[in-house]
Amino acid sequence: MNKPLLEVKNLKINFKTYAGLVQAVRGVDFTLYEGETLAIVGESGSGKSVTSNAIMKLIPQPPGIYADGQILFDGKDLIPLSDKEMSKIRGNEIAMIFQDPMTALNPTIRVGKQIMEVILKHKKVSKHEAKERAIELLRQVGIPMPEKRFNQFPHEFSGGMRQRVVIAIALAADPKLLIADEPTTALDVTIQAQILELLKELQKKRKTSIIFITHDLGVVANVADRVAVMYAGQIVEYGTVNDIFYNPKHPYTWGLLGSMPDLNNKSSEKLYAIPGSPPNLINPPKGDAFAPRNQYALTIDFEKEPPMFKVSDTHYAKTWLLHENAPKIDIPEPIVRRMERYKKEAELGE
Amino acid sequence: MTKQHETYDNLTPEMFNVVGPRLNETEQMTKKSVSFWKEVFLRFRQNKLAVSGVIILIIIALLAIFVPEMSQYSYRDQLGIYNKAPSKEHWFGTDDLGRDIFVRVWFGARISLFIGITAAIIDLIIGVLWGSISGLIGGRVDDIMMRIVDILSAIPYLLVVIILLVVMEQGLLPMIIALSITGWVNMARIVRGEVLSIKNREFVLASRTLGAGNWHLIIRHIIPNALGAILVTMTLTIPSAIFTESFLSFLGLGVNQPIASWGTMASEGMGGLRVAPWRLFFPALFISLTIFAFNAVGDGLRDALDPKLRK
Amino acid sequence: MNKENKILEVKNLTQYFGSPSHPIKAVDGISFHIFEGETLGLVGESGCGKSTTGRSIIGLYNITGGEVIFKGKNVHHMKSKKEKKQFKREMQMIFQDPYASLNPRMTAGEIISEGFDIHGLYKNKAERQEKIISLLEAVGLNREHMTRYPHEFSGGQRQRIGIARALSLDPSFIIADEPISALDVSIQAQVVNLLKELQKERNLTYLFIAHDLSMVKYISDRIAVMYRGKIMELGDADEIYNNPIHPYTKSLLSAVPLPDPILERKRKRIPYVHEETPDTAKMHEPLPNHFVYGTDEQVNKWIKQAKL
Repeated sequence: MNKPLLEVKNLKINFKTYAGLVQAVRGVDFTLYEGETLAIVGESGSGKSVTSNAIMKLIPQPPGIYADGQILFDGKDLIPLSDKEMSKIRGNEIAMIFQDPMTALNPTIRVGKQIMEVILKHKKVSKHEAKERAIELLRQVGIPMPEKRFNQFPHEFSGGMRQRVVIAIALAADPKLLIADEPTTALDVTIQAQILELLKELQKKRKTSIIFITHDLGVVANVADRVAVMYAGQIVEYGTVNDIFYNPKHPYTWGLLGSMPDLNNKSSEKLYAIPGSPPNLINPPKGDAFAPRNQYALTIDFEKEPPMFKVSDTHYAKTWLLHENAPKIDIPEPIVRRMERYKKEAELGE
Repeated sequence: MTKQHETYDNLTPEMFNVVGPRLNETEQMTKKSVSFWKEVFLRFRQNKLAVSGVIILIIIALLAIFVPEMSQYSYRDQLGIYNKAPSKEHWFGTDDLGRDIFVRVWFGARISLFIGITAAIIDLIIGVLWGSISGLIGGRVDDIMMRIVDILSAIPYLLVVIILLVVMEQGLLPMIIALSITGWVNMARIVRGEVLSIKNREFVLASRTLGAGNWHLIIRHIIPNALGAILVTMTLTIPSAIFTESFLSFLGLGVNQPIASWGTMASEGMGGLRVAPWRLFFPALFISLTIFAFNAVGDGLRDALDPKLRK
Repeated sequence: MNKENKILEVKNLTQYFGSPSHPIKAVDGISFHIFEGETLGLVGESGCGKSTTGRSIIGLYNITGGEVIFKGKNVHHMKSKKEKKQFKREMQMIFQDPYASLNPRMTAGEIISEGFDIHGLYKNKAERQEKIISLLEAVGLNREHMTRYPHEFSGGQRQRIGIARALSLDPSFIIADEPISALDVSIQAQVVNLLKELQKERNLTYLFIAHDLSMVKYISDRIAVMYRGKIMELGDADEIYNNPIHPYTKSLLSAVPLPDPILERKRKRIPYVHEETPDTAKMHEPLPNHFVYGTDEQVNKWIKQAKL
């Protein structure tokens, strides 16, 4: 973790629809260092996918508009770049994998060839060399008999295997940054576990930075070094994975942590559910966007949008509860109890 | 990481009282209620080409309705002025029998549009019934019904039409029958496709678990959801029928004189091409314009119905 | 829960698809029962046959073999139309995809009252409106929502409409086919809480089909684990999670990521190696009310491993 690979500053993305202007991303800042994994957690409408698509300049313009901000990749702002310049970066320095492996793969082209295409596009190597590298990649992503499977079509692979192929294609040109947009959401839990293990392994070997987008806090705990929690187009809490799970400060983060049952929940304890629905981003609410659903909402939450308060050098949260005048409200009981349960379990395991 | 857009000095202690959530705000429907068709209409309206298509069609329809009524000449009056170029008295000129082309064009509009729309409606009725029954029942019934469709579409329609017209003699009704006889297969295929895709959707399954029978499913779920595709197909069938009619008339198989459709007018206009080109020009112009307009409207409707198909 | 009354009995249910010579054995001989008022969780990964099981039970498919007995009557052999209609009123279903399970051309009110039309209920306009509003309110929506179309609602709200529809005919048994898989995490909690509340209020029995183990455990009294068309393990929810016997169950449980970074770093996943289960395999009951599928040797081996 040294110099920043990616710096996103005050990113604002709007969409023009016939119903009005949707402010999908409303001022997002974060930094990503070499070799680390940043998890962006959020639910539908939080802006997490728009943010990741924006980094790859995949937002169609129109109706999308890059309203403000900078996306500094290796010091260079990506927003003013032309499509031609971006095409040299996509696949090559920044790669992306999506949720549905079947739509990411061309069903009519053999899998090995799809990997080779990426290599040949960005690296000056011979076809023979590209083929060797492709087979090696298939091996590295855990596909058995890679020489044979090189010549197969996507439909000959199972869901989990296809996602491995997608990962191979993404890593083919050795990108510095991999953006994974809910790559395991559609997979069975055992396959998900395998894919997560694979990603971590590959990251260790290649020192790739990963932005991992998900709504599953269990996955976040598994893969992330740092976490950004998004709500209604903004990052509401940002910190290391330990900051977020052991010292969460934003009521929305509490809500997320509280609404997940875990295998040790007593079913007599009612699940804490965040009431209501996320706001409409055509007219974002005044003040704190989470206020209408927040049982700890303060008067000021409905008036003024809170700034990012610093909790520590690594940890920030965007809530008026951290203001010196605010009442001292702490992490809700059920979450604390669960943290203690896990702590005990971890100690037992030692 | 801290961005200060406002100053935060004037924050009183009261502002930090806990007031709790305002849940009515969140469950509120902020947009006005807009039904599916209203949304389609709004999207359609944004498509300039489609809207101009509608305007053109409205103008043509109005002219077709009013011109022959209001004109001082009728479509069959022979006025003694032969092959005169367009002028103040005769905006589109006259033909070789001294008839005013302007009033004939708008009379012909009635005929051509009538033929096109009627043929399309017959296609619609037969096609929708055939396609929905075939699609919903499935199995052997579907196989047989679709094989019939396949056979009909394999026969060169021109042959069928010519035979029909020869057997029944030329005229308005035979022309419509001839156009309808093979035209419905396209609609049947499309409707069947829609039915197949709709009948397995979860909301149809939900309706079945509620206890719905086939008829209920067709009326409440399948047809309303297939309506979009049906409308688009119809909008695109009309210009096809108009074109085919023009083509057949051009070959001399059209309606009888002195009743004129655009196609028959174009056919006679061919004869006088060197002497009086306006006789061909005007009917041909309006054939093209009408077909273009229907196609623009049909495409616009298709795009408005499925925003994902838009470029 | 009424442990005296088995409201649903499934006996050796098989559901094969495709050609008879090489059938796809979606459901390959499963048996279980559900007591009145309880929630049985049916859990498994994609392709295990759990959704097919649910749809077969409710009669959306004709079954290849076995029996489904609901309230004493064989579901697939009902003769009279009256019986069939009555059955529909007793057993209902909630579907997975909140976007596909509502007809986009109908308003919420129309969707919820469709059942009334089909069964000729509430023909009086005022009465019908009242009933629709009470159903909307039962699921946490309000009368304003009656005239709105599905696309105007969020995923969670649509799912609530689906639940209201399932409740409209006053059923006693509801099959929930992955009702929360397509929803955001915080909304899942809302919907699950709602389902639990409704169960208490209306004495409903649920068959809860899902692949999210944590949620299934939270809502279920008993759990059945399915794999490749067969039930591998069946027992009380706590028992299955604390004392899993079948290696597949163990591997499934070990794969669930927990929202705790330190624990996650320490956790060891147990991969499952598929063992062929020959025809001698059957359901054993090594512990009271805890069933495991396998051959005698296999089950003995697994019991020994579990005790270790």
